[in-house]
Amino acid sequence: MREKVVEVRNLKKSFGDLDVLMGVDLDLYKGENVVVLGKSGTGKSVLIKIMVGLLTQDEGTMQVLGKEVSKLSPRDLNALRLQIGFSFQASALYDSMTVRENLEFPLVRNIKGLSRKEIDKQVEETLDAVGLLQTINQMPSELSGGQRKRIGIARTLILKPEIMLYDEPTAGLDPITCSDINNLINEVRENYNTSSIIITHDLTCAKDTGDRVAVLLDGQFGAEGKFEEVFQMPEDQRVKSFYDYNFIT
Amino acid sequence: MANQSGNRANFISPKIDKMMLGLADAFAFVKRFFIEVWIPPYEFKEVIRQCYKIGYNSLPLISLTGFIVGIVFTNQSRPSLSEFGATSWLPALISIAIVRAMGPLVTALIAAGKVGSSIGAEIGSMKVTEQIDAMEVSATNPFKFLVVTRVLATTFMIPILVMYTDFVALMGAFLSVTSIENVSFTTYFVQVFDSISFLDIFSSILKSLVFGFTIGIVGCYKGYNSSKGTEGVGKAANASVVLAMFLIFIEELLALQIVNFIRLS
Repeated sequence: MREKVVEVRNLKKSFGDLDVLMGVDLDLYKGENVVVLGKSGTGKSVLIKIMVGLLTQDEGTMQVLGKEVSKLSPRDLNALRLQIGFSFQASALYDSMTVRENLEFPLVRNIKGLSRKEIDKQVEETLDAVGLLQTINQMPSELSGGQRKRIGIARTLILKPEIMLYDEPTAGLDPITCSDINNLINEVRENYNTSSIIITHDLTCAKDTGDRVAVLLDGQFGAEGKFEEVFQMPEDQRVKSFYDYNFIT
Repeated sequence: MANQSGNRANFISPKIDKMMLGLADAFAFVKRFFIEVWIPPYEFKEVIRQCYKIGYNSLPLISLTGFIVGIVFTNQSRPSLSEFGATSWLPALISIAIVRAMGPLVTALIAAGKVGSSIGAEIGSMKVTEQIDAMEVSATNPFKFLVVTRVLATTFMIPILVMYTDFVALMGAFLSVTSIENVSFTTYFVQVFDSISFLDIFSSILKSLVFGFTIGIVGCYKGYNSSKGTEGVGKAANASVVLAMFLIFIEELLALQIVNFIRLS
């Protein structure tokens, strides 16, 4: 039996009068890539922000690596966060730091007693893994959108997380760079043995990276399964129109 | 107060409710600073970096302003004193005015404009671009790293900058005095130090600490709570300056009352 790393049950979240998540159920198994699809504003990012404790659910449970996130103490939450890599939509690189300092930041603050040599080695290895070793001394403002995404992913990989959460990894990128990012997501799974949740509205990204896709519609998952199963003969008209819109327009 | 559907009902009126909630939020922010400042890990490196950034980078502007204030104040005071044949009191008058009020006030207002706006904009843009969230998910306490360090740096650096401004302003005043009156450097500074007391220096440093804390905490609070978007960053920077200056004037007024009370008693 496969090991569950994330288990979401009846998760509800509202912002004022706006109900965003209305009873979401989701499982993520070890080594699996699950893509959460949906239109903008459907609560995809809210779901993964609850996973790392940036937001708290109103109802339901969110178990990550066997721990209920909302019930963890700040210390335990930080320990859990070290096992989760979060790649932000806009990369969220620290713009006052170089690429090297961006990667060093989580490393030196969370792993004590590393020598300068060990830090440099890990930073260089991780940058090499995303193919951007040459940018090590550059500032984030000097990088392209695709490079920033890769560095953002590298910064999370340096702590060797068990779970990767990608928030719109291909948003705002050209098709070739999108394809590179999709390949990188697959390489990360193979090389770092991660389980991932990929939040996107890009069906190509979903097809290329997901073992399973789940379509979030009006606060609940409208369809779930393999990409072909979900989109070949969609029962829900909203799923069909989502597919048509992505590939026709 | 929440009704059954979860909507907030107004307690007094929407505006007053909003103001009260804002005040409560600001107090919670200040309270959090005083709690987090004692809890390890301590960010010494970042505090030093911020001290350098705030102190060293403000030197050119502070030097120029302090020097000009010294010259202008002397030139403006001389005619009034000469009417009474009391121009020999110029050094004493200048030293009292600069050490007690003008040095701390001018430095704090300049720092509120330069440092406060920069802190508000920097933290605001970090909030908008999710850098603060990124710090949090990498198990770093962003409040401690961004807020505590900056507030400590402004609290430590503003008194140092004030002492420096006092010195530069007194030098400017000396040049102005010596250009007309025949006063030596030693005589001038003997008169300067004779006219100020320990209480003047102590109260000046103490209120500079408060000004520094105000500049730091207001900049951080406005940046940390900036709304989404680039417009929010601009608003945070602007509000940091306006609120800090307003509070500095109120604090100056309070400090004056307290020091006068101590002096009289």
